[in-house]
Amino acid sequence: MTRDEAFFEFLLRMGDNTLILGHRVSEWCGHSPVLEEDIALANTALDLIGQTQMWLGLAGEIEGKGRSADDLAYLRDAWDFRNVLLVERPNGDFGQTIMRQFLFDAWHSLMLGRLMQSSDTRVAEIAAKASKEAAYHLERSADLVVRLGDGTAESHARMQAALDDHWPYTGELFLSDAADKAVAEAGLAPDPASLKEEWDEMVTRVLTEATLAIPEGAYVHKGGKAGTHTEHLGYILAQMQWLQRAYPGATW
Amino acid sequence: MYAQMVKSTGKGIKSREEMTDEERQFQDRVDADEKIEPKDWMPEGYRKTLIRQIGQHAHSEIVGQLPEGNWITRAPTLERKAILLAKVQDEAGHGLYLYCAAETLGVSRDELMEKLHSGDMKYSSIFNYPTLNWADIGAVGWLVDGAAIMNQVPLQRTSYGPYSRAMIRICKEESFHQRQGYDIMMKMAFGTEDQKKMAQDALNRFWYPSLMMFGPSDKDSVHSAQSMAWKIKINTNDELRQKFVDQTVPQAEYLGLTVPDENLKWNEETGHYEFTEPDWSEFFEVIKGNGPCNKERLGARVKAWEDGAWVRDGLMAHAEKKAAKVAAE
Ligand SMILES: [Fe+2]
Ligand SMILES: [Fe+2]
Repeated sequence: MTRDEAFFEFLLRMGDNTLILGHRVSEWCGHSPVLEEDIALANTALDLIGQTQMWLGLAGEIEGKGRSADDLAYLRDAWDFRNVLLVERPNGDFGQTIMRQFLFDAWHSLMLGRLMQSSDTRVAEIAAKASKEAAYHLERSADLVVRLGDGTAESHARMQAALDDHWPYTGELFLSDAADKAVAEAGLAPDPASLKEEWDEMVTRVLTEATLAIPEGAYVHKGGKAGTHTEHLGYILAQMQWLQRAYPGATW
Repeated sequence: MYAQMVKSTGKGIKSREEMTDEERQFQDRVDADEKIEPKDWMPEGYRKTLIRQIGQHAHSEIVGQLPEGNWITRAPTLERKAILLAKVQDEAGHGLYLYCAAETLGVSRDELMEKLHSGDMKYSSIFNYPTLNWADIGAVGWLVDGAAIMNQVPLQRTSYGPYSRAMIRICKEESFHQRQGYDIMMKMAFGTEDQKKMAQDALNRFWYPSLMMFGPSDKDSVHSAQSMAWKIKINTNDELRQKFVDQTVPQAEYLGLTVPDENLKWNEETGHYEFTEPDWSEFFEVIKGNGPCNKERLGARVKAWEDGAWVRDGLMAHAEKKAAKVAAE
């Protein structure tokens, strides 16, 4: 694997995470528990889609085959998607959506913080812009996890169930493969494994305040980073890509 | 417009002789274009009519998220997706300003929500129509936001201060929405044959429902006369509808699309277009709950509210625990 191949792979992972999570969050539009959440969730989705445009735009540049961010988002099949499985998981109830968001935001904000030191200035610039948004997302999702975890008996039970469901998917955020090692060696991005300790600390602090118990099960679910997804991704893409696929060559 | 057929409580306009001193002073202030503020004295009918009108407008904004939200996950490019997300977010924000404006009249957001869910309060008939192809998202921005602007621009001058200020903020964003909608229509109308077909199909379905947004003719309505005297309604429904048609027909022509009205023609003498009135029996059916999407739209809002009850309760319980902790310290 050349440096640029690894770099391309890394950029797809960043952009696909935000694209697929943005898609999921956008499904809430008009259906959330309070009006303020309709606004906040739409805003989160909007930030994530904006970040997708930047990451996939740069990915297309690095690949050098003339593919735009839209080409990459709309014209790849599932096995070419590189997002972690966590972000494609269905929304479930509001608690599951917020817990998924929190577990992701904690990783995302750490990752972006480190990417601001990337040896590639384009990466550093995208990270600088995105990390402000991610910090705000994390503040919000952590706050909701605490309030709902330590709310009523029902909200506590739902948040615990959400945590138990998502937990086995979080390990994938910290796995390192050949591409990760190559970009780390080039100083482009941190080795994902190096973020784990800080993430553990951050997540433990919030979950403890939320009176939630950290699950003990293993991180059994992985594969998204290498293109082996859950059944859910195919449906997301069927919806997302339909117009582009049905009317090739049209401009919108 | 987003508030249709709002009934005022009065039987008609009182003459100055019939008015009490307070009512006369109030009317003088309105006539002098002074703004009425929440703490000022106001006739009970004024307050009640405003609650209905602002509440209905707020409900329209939040139900209006649904037909457009329907296309967010299928938006054909990342940029279109981002623009649509931002628009739907704006609409929720409009709902929020308007509920806040209504709250200054002594009604809580929860009370208004309950009335929406029980069917006691309505939202605009337009949101009971489906969005079936991508050009519908263009047509909604162009026609629906366009019709809303027709009504809301004059309402920036409405007599009630908080409502007027909400309208000023909202109008800026609505005109942005309309331009973005028209931009989608241009891409579609000047695109491939399939895209043109989508654009024409969208116009065919949204034309008459857009005309219905202004409500039936109210030139003889006592409710409208009272609302106009109070300056919570500025123009008649027919005036606004005519203005909308006059503005929109040339825009459709520019797109090369056909307005689905065989009788549409320019009248040199009046300087206005002549057009066919929408089918008002259809309008009344939609208002009664028998439109194509009434059940889905209201059902979705009720479901969101009910499914979200545990969240609202949880947040409340947490706030109480926190307050108790602070008190104990
Ligand atoms: Fe609006
Ligand atoms: Fe709008």
